[in-house]
Amino acid sequence: MKSDFRARNHPAYWAFIVHRASGVLLALFLPLHFWALGQALAGEAALESFLRWSDQPLVKFAETGLVLLLAAHLAGGARLLMLEFLAWRDWQKSLLAAAAAITLAAGLAFLLNIV
Amino acid sequence: MAASSTLAVSVWRGKESGRFQTFEVPRHESQTVLDVVTHIQRALDSTLSYRFSCRVGMCGSCAMNVNGRARWTCRTHVAEVAAGDRLEITPLANLPVIKDLVTDMTPFFDKWAKARGRFQGGRTRGHDFARVLPESRERRLADAAIECIGCGVCYSSCDVVTWNPDYLGPAALNRAWTLLNDVRDTDNRARLGAVAGDAGCHACHTHMNCTERCPMKLAPTASIAGLKRAAALAALKGELGDAVTK
Repeated sequence: MKSDFRARNHPAYWAFIVHRASGVLLALFLPLHFWALGQALAGEAALESFLRWSDQPLVKFAETGLVLLLAAHLAGGARLLMLEFLAWRDWQKSLLAAAAAITLAAGLAFLLNIV
Repeated sequence: MAASSTLAVSVWRGKESGRFQTFEVPRHESQTVLDVVTHIQRALDSTLSYRFSCRVGMCGSCAMNVNGRARWTCRTHVAEVAAGDRLEITPLANLPVIKDLVTDMTPFFDKWAKARGRFQGGRTRGHDFARVLPESRERRLADAAIECIGCGVCYSSCDVVTWNPDYLGPAALNRAWTLLNDVRDTDNRARLGAVAGDAGCHACHTHMNCTERCPMKLAPTASIAGLKRAAALAALKGELGDAVTK
């Protein structure tokens, strides 16, 4: 028999889901990122017009999501490295809470900066 | 004492394929889930199969899934887990079901052997006692992981076991880590090789289901992390080499 969601409903598993999902979404974003950088090869005007387009409020708002993904993946990754390479302590869940706090703080800082 | 005087208990009947059968069980003060299953077997349906032995959380025989989570049923009070006076009891996940709530633990213990979970000493009875200082680092690390009762709760809760049935699982790896920190053991090179393969410690995704569910409050995740570090260090030193078993 297999376990269902009830067996997985705990903070460390949510952290795994967030880490996996943010990793996949960031990987999907990468081609767009490289394409945007590649506009510079087509000349200053092409890059400039893309950068103007990305100044729209809706695009900026979407970028907040991107910052959240990056922060979540970075903080979650740092948590995993600490967990695996430092001596084990019983504050593993505090570490998780710290990673979540860093993620939200980074997202909020970006959002407040652009508003 | 609970407000309601009966409990609706859905119990898995059959093997891998089967169905739930519901029983009405009277509630009592300080009743454990094992008490509930025992009541069903003794008073309601004697064909129900389940496994238990010590009833006091020492032997690790009575683990089952209760409301979706693996637990030792003898030390789980109904009051802690009965959501709306309902209980759902199924056999442990990730193990073949023999009948009803009884699983075949063979794959679980085979993996302990595969992880070289047996102590291998280098002394004979002619030697003096080994002197292991209680406060030494190795002794403290071994102490932290040694109280495993082999109940299979971690193994049943582990998603990596579900995804890769060859994965050694938290209990076997935890055992290997205990022995790795036993300064008397002489088999550690081979043991590290046995746990560093594709289905060994590096396959762990750090979901921490094992650490979350272990009834003895052990942290197999910590033991697996220790094995990862030890294996990486041995690989850097060129000491792992041929010892790794795929």
